[in-house]
Amino acid sequence: MEFAELIKTPRADNVVLHRPFHPAVEGTLCLTGHHLIFSSRRQDNAEELWLLHSNIDSIEKRFVGSLGTIVIKCKDLRIIQLDIPGMEECLNIASSIEALSTLDSVTLMYPFFYRPMFEVLEDGWSSFLLEQEFELLSSVTNEWRLSCVNKEFSVCPSYPAVVVVPKCVDDEALRKVALFRHGGRFPVLSYYHKKNGMAMMRSSQPLTGTNGRRCKEDEKLINATLRSGRRGFVIDTRPLNVAQQARAKGGGFEQEVHYPQWRRIHKCIERFNILQESFIKLVEACNDQSHNMDRWLSKLEASNWLTHIKELLTAACLAAQCIDREGASVLVHGSEGTDSTLQVTSLAQIILDPRCRTIRGFEALVVREWLQAGHPFQQRCAQSAYSNSKQKWEAPVFLLFLECVWQIHRQFPCSFEFNEHFLILLFEHAYASQFGTFLGNNENERAKLKLPQKTMSLWSWVNRPEELSRFQNPLYEANSLVIWPSVAPQSLQLWEGVFLRWNRPSRFLEEAEQERINIIKYNKELQAKVNTLRRRLAEMEMESESDEE
Amino acid sequence: QVEQVKLLDRFSTSNKSLTGTLYLTATHLLFIDSNQRETWILHHHIAAVEKLPLTTSGCPLVIQCKNFRIVHFVVPRERDCHDIYNSLLQLSRTAKYEELYAFSYNPKQNESEQVKGWQLIDLAEEYKRMGVPNAYWQLSDANRDYKICETYPRELYVPRTASKPIIVGSSKFRSKGRFPVLSYYHKNKEAAICRCSQPLSGFSARCLEDEHMLQAISKANPSNRYMYVMDTRPKLNAMANRAAGKGYENEDNYSNIRFQFVGIENIHVMRSSLQKLLEVSGTRGLSVNDFLSGLESSGWLRHVKAVLDAAVFLAKAIAVESASVLVHCSDGWDRTSQVCSLGALLLDSYYRTIKGFMVLIEKDWISFGHKFSDRCCQLDGDPKEISPVFTQFLESVWNLTEQFPQAFEYNEAFLLQIHEHVHSCQFGNFLGNCQKEREELKLKEKTYSLWPFLLAEQKKYQNPLYNPDFSPELTLLEPNTVSFNFKFWRNMYHQFDRSMHPRQSMFNLIMSTSEQNKQLEEDIKELEAKIKQRNGQSDVVLAKEQEQTAHPAPVALKTPPCFQKEQPAMPVNDAVRTIEGSNTADNRYSELVSEFSKAEPAVVSLEYGVARMTC
Repeated sequence: MEFAELIKTPRADNVVLHRPFHPAVEGTLCLTGHHLIFSSRRQDNAEELWLLHSNIDSIEKRFVGSLGTIVIKCKDLRIIQLDIPGMEECLNIASSIEALSTLDSVTLMYPFFYRPMFEVLEDGWSSFLLEQEFELLSSVTNEWRLSCVNKEFSVCPSYPAVVVVPKCVDDEALRKVALFRHGGRFPVLSYYHKKNGMAMMRSSQPLTGTNGRRCKEDEKLINATLRSGRRGFVIDTRPLNVAQQARAKGGGFEQEVHYPQWRRIHKCIERFNILQESFIKLVEACNDQSHNMDRWLSKLEASNWLTHIKELLTAACLAAQCIDREGASVLVHGSEGTDSTLQVTSLAQIILDPRCRTIRGFEALVVREWLQAGHPFQQRCAQSAYSNSKQKWEAPVFLLFLECVWQIHRQFPCSFEFNEHFLILLFEHAYASQFGTFLGNNENERAKLKLPQKTMSLWSWVNRPEELSRFQNPLYEANSLVIWPSVAPQSLQLWEGVFLRWNRPSRFLEEAEQERINIIKYNKELQAKVNTLRRRLAEMEMESESDEE
Repeated sequence: QVEQVKLLDRFSTSNKSLTGTLYLTATHLLFIDSNQRETWILHHHIAAVEKLPLTTSGCPLVIQCKNFRIVHFVVPRERDCHDIYNSLLQLSRTAKYEELYAFSYNPKQNESEQVKGWQLIDLAEEYKRMGVPNAYWQLSDANRDYKICETYPRELYVPRTASKPIIVGSSKFRSKGRFPVLSYYHKNKEAAICRCSQPLSGFSARCLEDEHMLQAISKANPSNRYMYVMDTRPKLNAMANRAAGKGYENEDNYSNIRFQFVGIENIHVMRSSLQKLLEVSGTRGLSVNDFLSGLESSGWLRHVKAVLDAAVFLAKAIAVESASVLVHCSDGWDRTSQVCSLGALLLDSYYRTIKGFMVLIEKDWISFGHKFSDRCCQLDGDPKEISPVFTQFLESVWNLTEQFPQAFEYNEAFLLQIHEHVHSCQFGNFLGNCQKEREELKLKEKTYSLWPFLLAEQKKYQNPLYNPDFSPELTLLEPNTVSFNFKFWRNMYHQFDRSMHPRQSMFNLIMSTSEQNKQLEEDIKELEAKIKQRNGQSDVVLAKEQEQTAHPAPVALKTPPCFQKEQPAMPVNDAVRTIEGSNTADNRYSELVSEFSKAEPAVVSLEYGVARMTC
């Protein structure tokens, strides 16, 4: 298919762009296969806006006489308005945008066409290999092994080719366990707590069904992570009644009789449409400037967004607490083990593992616990908060995780190497990107699409020194402690950097942020200078003394 | 003194506690826990003491403070508890001003320092700074002996054209005699903020002198013919007042006024609103939705927004339209003080400095007779007079500092400290209800002023991000008052609930870094001077040293003294970066496991599991 077929009017002049808190600008609008480009003609202040079609969540058009107006709502929650003279032009442009922003085929997406303008110093596709992770692990313990049982993605289509499992369990047993777990997602190692040797595993629900099926290999597999005589915890992200209902559909949960060494804890972490609706309601509330205080607060409450944040953080803290404080191993799962499970395991690692609070460590966490672990990004992030179509696969699961990281970040502002912009960047790129990193739903699909060969990795770009500097937190000082956030409602806040980003003037806040950075930078310069001067003075003293001798 | 007293964690659901000893002194209640950590509570800060029903572990005693600290003790013996309870009731309820802490507080200042302290804020100087007296405004001696209005200060500024008979006539037509006077003068726009109380208009009464008074105010502004009259009350309340012979200005009787209601609720609504807010935020195991719906139904943020909206309206009338504004409510000492002072704060960057903020409070709150004594319940009095009007003002200022992080010289700690002392009765400034009362109490001789003490520890209150050039003099600060900008002020209402705050304070870190930068700049100067000296004098020094035969052995060879100093700068950062509460016990989810197990007996509780594991 040629993009040109979809573009009937590639260019329109005298278009007026309206954005909140910016004066309206007149300029030229161009449509290309992947971008909407607006450039103003004004000599003094030439301005260009490049918008990826894939970033467009919804588009509305209306007419007043022959002047057409298109309102474009983006996945990063920004809303812009274009006034286009000429009814035909406007209709053409609107229909082109509509078609180009909803392409079916992944291979037509921009990452397959994007040619980087920068020199690749390190190929992000091979920056975070499980084998390297495992090498680190084997330096502290020999209880685990790498298994290639899923080499052809045949045992579990949503797992990567290589997984880490207890050493004493062979591949044959893994195949059997896979048959006992939803989607073949048998328990694998998610995190190993070096401090006390406890492990966090994740899986999907066991397929016990109504007649209480059991699987000896499954029991053996998870028991392998327990020290003799000690207990472990199964954190089921579903409430008990939901887990019980799941049995009717062939799913289920670990029953005490078959897992006597495990204590089960049920949490309630919402998924799918409940999350998506919550997201839509929150964005609606934030976008309406006319709300009076009561209406704003009740809308904020009705969205339930902060409740989801609190539930998720609490579950993650619980998992971390079981591992660090109770010295117990943990198995986390919900139903499929691709959404709430990953939220809990990855957040628990943020709390427990200082490495995950570094930039590289956080990237590794996203790769390991989200991309390789098979979170279906393409399904979940197909639409954002403005889409009207009711598809049931969309859900801001990853965004919710990022926001929880942000909440912890706010409570421990010196413990993270990255800043808020880094989290926002990941949010943006998960929904629309020139990079291939978040395409596909799992490693299997990514391999089939040959993403590593055909597209550029986000990490190749982000990890270049000049880009990295934008995402560094100047207050960072490595902190090896476990960080326990407060989950009290008074301690949680709306993530303004995402939800109010386009809804208020932010100049003063940005300037203040810059001033903070300046103070820290200046401090470093001064310290360096003081040290140099002291050294020089000391040398002079030494000289004079040796002269003396 | 009572031993073996337990201090419970307010938000804990598992009765976590600290054991220690409780002491009662003449001014404070002191609790020292087993880690020798001290908790001091000033008797004047105690708002309420409550004895709860006896439990197996002892007799619970809950103390609520005016600075929003709530402590929950369990006293082992009921008789002790009863004694403490009675003593606290007595100690926290003072009948006479002379018994307040300020009259016994002795900060070891001599008399001249005391006098100088009181002279630090000079309102005559402040009016001069604003540009009055001038061709249009003059100092009136009408109230020199508090004859016209007891609750106003002696020195008042009025339009030159307002003669004494007009003043007297107008004051008779205004509630409590509080006639229109100047609160702030904007010299660039030549427009004024004036304040007064409601007119005694009833349904039809009018007063020519009062009409003249308003005309004089509008004529004192050469750049605009009309003036605004802002009634800060909701229209309904103002109308109801007419039945009692009070009310609001009839636009037909006053020429060239634009009348406007702005709908700020009265002191009783504010009192119960804050009460509700505190009930919600004090709930154990609060859910997000209960918090948000409680926040909504308390109406507190709505009220704060109403106050700030009114101030924005006022400031814009002056800065954009160059129109003078007359502000009043009922008596003109609560809402009027809020709106006038916040309006001036938006208009004039001087009030965003530490000294300027003190002046603002002295002018619009203390001197114009905001009834601090009644509102803060300094003496045992009518509980219906208590209202968090000043707290609300501070919260509005805090909201502005959040929106304009570089516009203010002072920081949140400054606001909190002022709030602390408004209730502490430790200094004389806020005692009493008006200037006349303060003079009668001889506060300037018998007590000390708070301001010099705050200035002395200025460093603590400085905003490291402050940029004096942020807004040039007399340019308007235009806050965004869309609802989502208003947040719950956690650092005020949970100031003492450590577990709710960020464990690392970015603010403290920036504060100390900025402080350290100043020190480092000094160090650099010093070092550069030394090096220069060495370069210049090296020959001389050499010669000198050679002369001194008894020179000590060259220890420097091993460790040059300068290198010893080259530690990672100052230790101050470490303290700041220390992580508080890196302990699950400080958080409520630590109890979730046991809570959960109660709800579902099928699962053995974690605590039980632990017991089994450790056996």
